[in-house]
Amino acid sequence: MLLDVRNVSKIYGTSCDQCLSLTGVEHDRAICPECGSVVAVNSISLSARKNEILGIVGESGSGKSTLLQLIYQDIRASSGEIFFQGVTDKNGQPSNILHEPPSAVSRLRSKEMSMIYQNPRLGLNFLFSAGGNIAERIIGAGERRYDEIRSNALDYIRRIEMETSRIDDYPEEFSGGQQQRIQIAKALSSSPQLLLLDEPTTGLDVSVQAKILDLIKELQQDMGFSMIIVSHDLGVINHLTDITVVMKHGTLVEYGLTDQILEDPQHPYTQLLVSSIL
Amino acid sequence: MKKMKKRNMHAGPSLIRQSENRMKLDVQNIGKTFTLHNRNSVQVCGFSNVSFSVNRGEMLALTGPSGVGKSSILKAIYRTYLTNPGSILFHRTDGSVINLASCGESQVLNLRRREIGFVTQFLKVLPRITALQAVASPLVELGETEQTSSLQAAYLLDLLGIREELFHISPLTFSGGEQQRVNIARGVIAPKELLLLDEPTASLDEKSSDRVLELLMELKKKDIAMIGIFHDKGKIERVADKTYNVQREDSPVMTSSIQQEAA
Ligand SMILES: Nc1ncnc2c1ncn2[C@@H]1O[C@H](COP(=O)(O)OP(=O)(O)OP(=O)(O)O)[C@@H](O)[C@H]1O
Ligand SMILES: Nc1ncnc2c1ncn2[C@@H]1O[C@H](COP(=O)(O)OP(=O)(O)OP(=O)(O)O)[C@@H](O)[C@H]1O
Ligand SMILES: [Mg+2]
Ligand SMILES: [Mg+2]
Ligand SMILES: [Zn+2]
Repeated sequence: MLLDVRNVSKIYGTSCDQCLSLTGVEHDRAICPECGSVVAVNSISLSARKNEILGIVGESGSGKSTLLQLIYQDIRASSGEIFFQGVTDKNGQPSNILHEPPSAVSRLRSKEMSMIYQNPRLGLNFLFSAGGNIAERIIGAGERRYDEIRSNALDYIRRIEMETSRIDDYPEEFSGGQQQRIQIAKALSSSPQLLLLDEPTTGLDVSVQAKILDLIKELQQDMGFSMIIVSHDLGVINHLTDITVVMKHGTLVEYGLTDQILEDPQHPYTQLLVSSIL
Repeated sequence: MKKMKKRNMHAGPSLIRQSENRMKLDVQNIGKTFTLHNRNSVQVCGFSNVSFSVNRGEMLALTGPSGVGKSSILKAIYRTYLTNPGSILFHRTDGSVINLASCGESQVLNLRRREIGFVTQFLKVLPRITALQAVASPLVELGETEQTSSLQAAYLLDLLGIREELFHISPLTFSGGEQQRVNIARGVIAPKELLLLDEPTASLDEKSSDRVLELLMELKKKDIAMIGIFHDKGKIERVADKTYNVQREDSPVMTSSIQQEAA
């Protein structure tokens, strides 16, 4: 098991002891009627193995981005446990990363896990060149040899099918689709085991979207990392993922093989979601 | 649980290995009901009381009228459809047995990569990849080199009568019959132990259909177990070792009978 998320929740607000039990899909709300807190993620459990691709779907505000941010440790969970392969305690037992020291978390974030955001400004440093952004991550993952950094950066520029001559250009000088490619190059340059993607192609031209999705798929096959991808586009989910997680009001509505979720959805909400798109 | 009679239809090599456990898949009393929650929770019967088994190197043909549940049974074995009740026991080469109706998703994914293949009725590939890539990709995914995979893909496409000039074009622009052959090549390129085939010859002319049937006969010789749906009796007689006639529960004839026919 690469990633094991157990019962993770995120509550925004003062929170009371009823928040989790009074919200979620079966209550048809994400706001706690007792204290008014927003339960963005409510007791979610999921896992990802090596090479697996998970998709997360659900309506706006259902907690998809929050869940990714919880996994990536962008934000702290209110409760729950997250285990990541290789993170162990003194006795070699899996250790909840929510209780690990900042140094361990920082290593996970700079090497083993990478995040690709919908907004390239969140994933790229716009004051650095394309090459500088990639180099920053390679250095963050522990590489100190200048020649290695440079040749790795060039290699990733090639992998995203970009002219290496553009390595010194700044993010502003690239199109939206190219910025996303640079984000991908940067994210992968630390050879992560898990790539998290939050709506990586939303807002791009359809033809550009398609090319970026192809690129992601190709790189995944080449490099063999696992992925969790958030998308409201069931077409993307269908072509890219093995397993799909359906969320509503912060809760997990349904979990299954992607073709099963799309062709034999069990939950009323999933049936509605699938039929509204087909 | 074995309701069917077993008779060995083969002479020759398969007899020699008769003493080994030849079982590949054992389907025990499975059923499927679709509940359409957003349409007044109406219940649609997919199939019910289905039991059969398939040995290595054997082809079972599912027969029965339109809408009786043949495609749904294949999807249930592949776990695209969830079933309840019943069990679908997959016998692995190492002797272990996995219930496909209830095992974990990751286990199903692993089996799909290496052991269970599905030639669906219609080709489903990304619009931007070429026919050669579409066929080669299951091998590439198993870690085979691009070059070896492409060569094998070209060999299969050629065997199925796809002209070379089409190799580098998206198969979504192909004719129905050409698409179907691409789909078959894609389904058989990676070695599998159980192959599910939903009307693999439905839109093919006589000659292409012959090529496909010959390919399937070859696969049987390689000890691959197969479950297929074919739309005509002639084809069933040529490739199938036995048939299972799917029936509606409410039909007067009792279910779970197997008629065996010599191939
Ligand atoms: N920092 C925050 N403070 C308060 N509430 C927040 C915060 N971040 C998110 N939320 C709330 O948590 C809920 C889940 O938000 P999230 O961004 O995870 O949704 P999403 O599923 O990604 O939606 P979308 O598809 O629109 O991106 C929303 O109700 C949102 O308003
Ligand atoms: N995803 C689904 N949702 C709801 N009902 C379904 C679904 N798939 C199949 N069914 C129903 O299950 C029954 C069996 O369908 P199936 O496609 O398995 O029949 P078939 O024997 O393959 O027919 P044909 O020979 O026409 O292909 C039909 O009544 C069909 O409407
Ligand atoms: Mg979001
Ligand atoms: Mg059918
Ligand atoms: Zn509360």
